[in-house]
Amino acid sequence: MFDIVSFIPRAVAQSVPLLFGSTGEIITEKSGNLNLGIPGVMYVGAISGVIGSFLYERSFSDPSQINAFLGVLIPLACCLLGSLLMGLLYCFLTVTLRANQNVTGLAMTTFGVGFGNFFGGSLIKLTGAAVPSIALSATSNLFRRSLPLASGMGWFGKVFLSYGFLAYVAFVVAFAASYVLERTRVGLQLRAVGEDPATADAAGVNITRYKYLATCLGCMIAGLGGLYYVMDYANGVWSNDAFGDRGWLALALVIFTIWRPKVSAAASILFGGLYILYLYIPSGGNMAVKELYKMIPYVVTIVVLVFSSMRNMRENQPPESLGLPYFREDR
Amino acid sequence: MAHRVPAVSMRHITKEFAGKVVANRDVSLDIYRGEILALLGENGSGKTTLMNMLSGIYYPDAGEIQIDGKPVNIGSPKDAFDHGIGMIHQHFKLVNVFTAAENIVLGLKEKGRFDLAAASERIRQICDAYGFDVDPNQKVYDMSVSQKQTVEIVKLLYRGAEILILDEPTAVLTPQETDKLFAVLRNMRDDGKAIIIITHKLHEVLDISDRVVVLRKGEYVGEMATAETTAQEMTNMMVGRQVSLNIDRPPVEMDYRMERIRVKNLTVRNHDGVVKLDDVSFTAYTGEILGIAGISGSGQKELLEAIAGLQPVESGSIEYVVDATGPTEEVEQLIGMDPIKIAQMGVVLSFVPEDRLGMGLVASMDLTDNMMLRSFRDGTSPFTDRKAPRHLAELVVDELEVNTPGVSTPVRRLSGGNVQKVLVGREIAAAPTVLLSAYAVRGLDVNSSYLIYDLLNRQKGNGVAVVYVGEDLDVLLELCDRILVLCGGKVSGIVDGRTTTKNEVGMMMTKLGGGEA
Amino acid sequence: MIHITKRKEMPLPQALAIRLLAIALSLVVCGVITAVMTGLNPLDVYGTMIKGAFGTQRKIWILLQEIAILLCVALALTPAFRMKFWNLGGEGQILVGSLASAACMICLGDKVPNALLILLMAVASVAAGAVWAGIPAIFKARWNTNETLFTLMMNYVATQLVAYFVIVWEVPKGSGNIGIINQSTEAGWFPQLFGYKYLLNIILVALLTVAMHVYLTYSKHGYEISVVGESASTARYVGIKVDRVIVRTLLLSGAVCGFAGLLLVGGTSHTLTTTIAGGRGFTAVMVAWLAKFNPAIMAASSFLLVFMGNGAGEISTAYGLNHSFGDILTGIILFFIIGCEFFISYKVHFAKKEGERVV
Repeated sequence: MFDIVSFIPRAVAQSVPLLFGSTGEIITEKSGNLNLGIPGVMYVGAISGVIGSFLYERSFSDPSQINAFLGVLIPLACCLLGSLLMGLLYCFLTVTLRANQNVTGLAMTTFGVGFGNFFGGSLIKLTGAAVPSIALSATSNLFRRSLPLASGMGWFGKVFLSYGFLAYVAFVVAFAASYVLERTRVGLQLRAVGEDPATADAAGVNITRYKYLATCLGCMIAGLGGLYYVMDYANGVWSNDAFGDRGWLALALVIFTIWRPKVSAAASILFGGLYILYLYIPSGGNMAVKELYKMIPYVVTIVVLVFSSMRNMRENQPPESLGLPYFREDR
Repeated sequence: MAHRVPAVSMRHITKEFAGKVVANRDVSLDIYRGEILALLGENGSGKTTLMNMLSGIYYPDAGEIQIDGKPVNIGSPKDAFDHGIGMIHQHFKLVNVFTAAENIVLGLKEKGRFDLAAASERIRQICDAYGFDVDPNQKVYDMSVSQKQTVEIVKLLYRGAEILILDEPTAVLTPQETDKLFAVLRNMRDDGKAIIIITHKLHEVLDISDRVVVLRKGEYVGEMATAETTAQEMTNMMVGRQVSLNIDRPPVEMDYRMERIRVKNLTVRNHDGVVKLDDVSFTAYTGEILGIAGISGSGQKELLEAIAGLQPVESGSIEYVVDATGPTEEVEQLIGMDPIKIAQMGVVLSFVPEDRLGMGLVASMDLTDNMMLRSFRDGTSPFTDRKAPRHLAELVVDELEVNTPGVSTPVRRLSGGNVQKVLVGREIAAAPTVLLSAYAVRGLDVNSSYLIYDLLNRQKGNGVAVVYVGEDLDVLLELCDRILVLCGGKVSGIVDGRTTTKNEVGMMMTKLGGGEA
Repeated sequence: MIHITKRKEMPLPQALAIRLLAIALSLVVCGVITAVMTGLNPLDVYGTMIKGAFGTQRKIWILLQEIAILLCVALALTPAFRMKFWNLGGEGQILVGSLASAACMICLGDKVPNALLILLMAVASVAAGAVWAGIPAIFKARWNTNETLFTLMMNYVATQLVAYFVIVWEVPKGSGNIGIINQSTEAGWFPQLFGYKYLLNIILVALLTVAMHVYLTYSKHGYEISVVGESASTARYVGIKVDRVIVRTLLLSGAVCGFAGLLLVGGTSHTLTTTIAGGRGFTAVMVAWLAKFNPAIMAASSFLLVFMGNGAGEISTAYGLNHSFGDILTGIILFFIIGCEFFISYKVHFAKKEGERVV
């Protein structure tokens, strides 16, 4: 009945953007910045990669001839650059200019989603290309290439080895982030900045630098989630609004995992599974009921939120100064 | 002495804050190695601001700082560390969810691998050398105030600070803890460190310091060797005129004295299930000031909040005696009541809480709106009436000489003393029968403090049962008729304020047992 | 060396001037970007935008109607924001309000008189919005559950709920659309005042603006909201039931969002889609914040954002660009306005002394 061997790879594929997004946001929030612009950043990351690879593929008459190394590097670099610029914008407004973080984040999401959809919809017209839609199959093939032995290893290969390299990057980054946050001096200082910037400042930690670095790095990681989605999950086909609400779910994951990237590695797979669960629940051809099943991830998030707030433990709190701008001479 | 190079020399320092008066104007002072310098001044005299510029929190608008005779630029706390300057702030700069060791190594740029275990070992060594008791793995939120202070001191020593600044370090300590702290400070002085202690307590200046510098309204007033001065002389310099240092204590009118609040076997737990008050019993009488002494966090807050209807109670009773003169005593039970129900019963209970801007007042609202906090529900109209509160605000400003541009100024822009006048003024205006106050003079200058003592005494004269939670034992002993001493949520005794001694109360604060008044 | 200090309070004209300057600057940037995209002379860009917003009488009515709805949502969110409750669930609250209105129109359209139907729609949509905001409020009040995320998730639950009913009610079957409800009978459609389709919506929102201003500034409830927002412990200290105020305020907030849903279904589009709220729940957050939660100024900030949206829409249509162009321009303007607040609250000093390091 329920085909777990086909379910797990699909859940994992769904989980990767969420994991990138939540890891990026956790790093950001540990510095005390609540970046509600992450959904926008992920759009910008995705479209930047698309633009880069679109222009690169167009420079060949036969896109399948593209250089494998450059074919990966160009979208990757464009994606990181686009996300970095979004991160710098957020930091400039909230850290340097001390603007309200919620409003800045929402404005960034408006801007970022609009930016993605605009270029997604107008790229062909703007460049005068003679193609009907954006379909970067050559680039996508590079991003989707899995280990050659995966297909020969039965269910094991399918469940563990069938993914493109960005999926593994997501998990490596999550565990690395956990390690840095918990076990290193940099992690300790970053956490101090998010908990109590006045104390960290008095201890000689450069608050501005930590906030900028953490937030920009967080945005770049989140941007990779967008790139994975379009290049790997969507086979290099851009369609407007297809990325949907994954950015917001990534933010939900942050609270769900109590600001721990390594927990996020598992939780994102759970969420990815919930996200596609409606495909696996028999509805007897009733299309309407399927729409109700799609509520599941959101309802589960709410339930988890409520339960974690009921437990309300000292160790499970958000960084104490999350969302607050820091001004040293505040009295 | 004159030929030695000072460890720190501050020259013509000026600092201004937006919207406030000048915090420091043209202040110069020197600090030498191997001495303890007391920086004395009323609150708002600019002591902390001046030291914050030395520790890199603020940056001076004008003036120069020299270390060992060389001009330096201290633009951040890190610069200060690099020059061997460390400061312990009044509000501890510790990250609550970190352990002691994590706090101590925070911000250090040590070479090599990040090794908390090795750091913990060094911390233990420092503790052994000075006789501190710190568990490197304990989380700060589990610590008492004096433990936190110890962590702060260890933090400075760990970093090899040569110039230590302590901002009112004794405000939160018992007399015994203060003695221990002073012993450590003397040790460090003998090690050749330069120590600055910010305080407004004269007996501490006399006790610990070698030299004293007095600030008034942001300006340098003068300095002298501690051995050659007296408390009276220092006060006069601090305040700028002759003041009497005695607090009045009018006698209790025994003929009219009657029981007002009767607390029996009161037990209270906090959110985490920790017992904060344990079987507390006492009686507060009309026309007297009942002092409550204890190390901070011994249950004072919970006790007042339980009486005021703000704290859920596990067991016990709190009775309000309406009238004891009739043939049968008329009593109201306050347990299970909230502030509104208490008021509806006709009990006028006023409460001046410890956290003035966070609890007693709304910082961003103006005086008028703050006056309304207690009375805005009056009347049946769905709309608020701002006329009466404005009159009350004007009255309070007038009578208590609140220094404010007007009644439409947000209270957050007033100074500490004026904030307290607004709060106390509002609470007294209700003509209470019970007046609860927590740390009513904390952070206030001498003049404001005496005004508050005077107001409390007037309430006492009017037959109000006044409860005064205090931290300064000298004040408690001079002001209160009886003193209840709390220790770890238990009553360790109730003593007569006229006959007890500071030492006796101090002993009762740390262990159970004591006299009964 | 650059050094920053906090200002006391900037006089209003000066603060206003800074904001206007920021808007002007952002318009210049928007014009340049548009010119680069379209190859058009920037002045023509503004011309097209103004034409898009004010070009015809119909466009002006649409502009006013759009402002009214956005303002309505911003008004709805304001009491919650004043209480420091980040209600990001406006989108979902509008959606369930719309759903309730549409349900009344579809199920009762031919059974009750029109006046009663509209009344029932109003009651249903207001109640639905209130419930949608009330749920997170109860959990916030009782367990301090993070309201930002809770309300956000409620948006998606609402979207799926609407998606479900859209399929249940779709006409014709399999189209995935409801189409115009009661096209022939116009049952549940708002009456036209003086022959103007949107006038009733606009008048209702104008009245609501005044009412909300009075409620927040002069009522005892409004005072309680301010106290709770500034300090929950002060509120408890004077006997305000904080949890009750939170729930009551959010019921109001959600109810007004539901009302916006009613205006959308009954007074404007007469249909129901999952995107009927059109991001207004989020845009309104910025409208309210830009106006510092002052209902009168919100009318101006709504105008600004709607004008930009409609103007950019005109440009997109004229040059065959994607309609998301408006979001980009809106984003740019918001960044400028958000950034300019800094210069209102802080003062920047440039010291000329040599040899000093940057702090």
